[in-house]
Amino acid sequence: MSETPAVASREAESLRVPSSRLNLEPFRRRFTYVGKVSIATCVAAVLLWWLLARLEVVPAMFLPSPFAVASKFFSVWTDGFQDATLPQHLLASIGRVSAALVGAIIFGVILGFAMHLSETGRGIIEPLLEFYRPIPPLAYLPLVIIWFGIGEFAKILVIFLGILPSIIIATNDSLKSVPRDMINAARSLGATRTQVVLLVLLPHAFPSILTGTRIGLGAGWATLVAAELVAATKGLGFMIKGAADFLVTDVVILGIFVIAAAAIAMEIALRLLQRALAPWQGRQ
Amino acid sequence: MPDLVIRDVVVRYGDGDESVTALDHVSLTIDPGSFVVALGASGCGKTTLLNLMAGFLRPTSGFATFGGQLIGGPSSERGVVFQHGALMPWLNVIDNVAFGLRLKGTPRSERHDRASETLRLVGLEGMEKRLIWQLSGGMRQRVGVARALTADPDVLLMDEPLGALDALTREQMQELILDVWARTRKSVFLITHGIDEAVFLASKLVVMSPRPGRVVASIDLSFGREYSNGVRAGDIKAQPDFIATRERVKGLIFSSRGISEAVL
Repeated sequence: MSETPAVASREAESLRVPSSRLNLEPFRRRFTYVGKVSIATCVAAVLLWWLLARLEVVPAMFLPSPFAVASKFFSVWTDGFQDATLPQHLLASIGRVSAALVGAIIFGVILGFAMHLSETGRGIIEPLLEFYRPIPPLAYLPLVIIWFGIGEFAKILVIFLGILPSIIIATNDSLKSVPRDMINAARSLGATRTQVVLLVLLPHAFPSILTGTRIGLGAGWATLVAAELVAATKGLGFMIKGAADFLVTDVVILGIFVIAAAAIAMEIALRLLQRALAPWQGRQ
Repeated sequence: MPDLVIRDVVVRYGDGDESVTALDHVSLTIDPGSFVVALGASGCGKTTLLNLMAGFLRPTSGFATFGGQLIGGPSSERGVVFQHGALMPWLNVIDNVAFGLRLKGTPRSERHDRASETLRLVGLEGMEKRLIWQLSGGMRQRVGVARALTADPDVLLMDEPLGALDALTREQMQELILDVWARTRKSVFLITHGIDEAVFLASKLVVMSPRPGRVVASIDLSFGREYSNGVRAGDIKAQPDFIATRERVKGLIFSSRGISEAVL
């Protein structure tokens, strides 16, 4: 009889342990370990930055303290820098990236489908794409300016060209993996060629198009600053360039952080969109 | 209802020395309302035969007709159920089942009403809003059957619909398919490599041999009708007559492969 409590407690443990092990533990461990290391890394980096600035290892003109950058954030937010406030710079940049992104999605999806559906299409698009894709946007930026001037169109065009290849390739690759049976199923239910494209191929490619968009967005932000270096009056790239010219280093660093924050926010938004609109992805 | 006729069909894949003959002078008729089962080992051209009937494939020689018309491509008169379902993961159960009606432009409420009806027929009422990846293998196959039925085809072509299911689900699905057949009175063509299943389901059993695919025997059976008339599946499969037929069919398959059963 003295064994009973031990057995009971062991039973209780065997009931309790799996539920915590199976459900919470991996999450908690990932959160506590990787999460803690990540947070610690960020804190350490800021501390190191602060320490270097505080000890004036580097003159404050070249490395302002984190507090100086933070206070600059508020002053640029309200008073502005070079005739525009931070929200105005930010909106100008986000506007350009968004316009380029929308254009790249429309053209990228159409061109990706054209490559898949028509041999002529593939023959035309593939060499042009493979020719311009490895060229850094900075290399053809001067040419775009010679042809299209220094207006908004030229800037958006360069960003658009930076995003476009990843969307074409993501669309085309996903179309190669459409199960034959799925197309046959639609055809045996009476689908026309157009219906197969719109009701089978397009939804099948949709999650990959979003992935291509996320990858392209990275290239888009990279191209943005380059595009804004040329005769812009607003924009984060313009703000950084202007600040660098007058050695206002705190604004340069501020601009870098704002670009990072904007890019991360867009990436998270796209991931949430992908999870909401394509919940089947990775669950086949 | 029209009949489906395959006459003296040869299907060859590839060219020259590397060509493979998948079907070698095969003839077969699916009479209206019959349940034809093609049985054979892998490589006997069963799926090629089905692709021909569905219109996914043209014969190298010979012809396939449906209601006297040459089969030139897929059509909603000939519904197909695929081995792995081939369902659309971005649609929920009811929208998958109503897909054929959507293609025809049927209004949403009407197509949902009709899809609900077929879902009831396959025992999936209440599952309308589920997503495909939330379903078990057996449920997915029921959705596949319901999708094909909702388009109201004259003949149902089933490509190893039970091949990927576990043994228990498989037996349930056999009974479900017989129920659907009895109730809708559609012609059915079903592919399997399960001998027991083939003998149980078929009103006409076509035994095929591999490399090249040929029809070695065509046997008229009535165990499926007995089930439809109310005899329990277990009792049918225990009948001496059923067991004798099963053994005879097994013999046909092994002799067609040129190996005696004793060797295996």
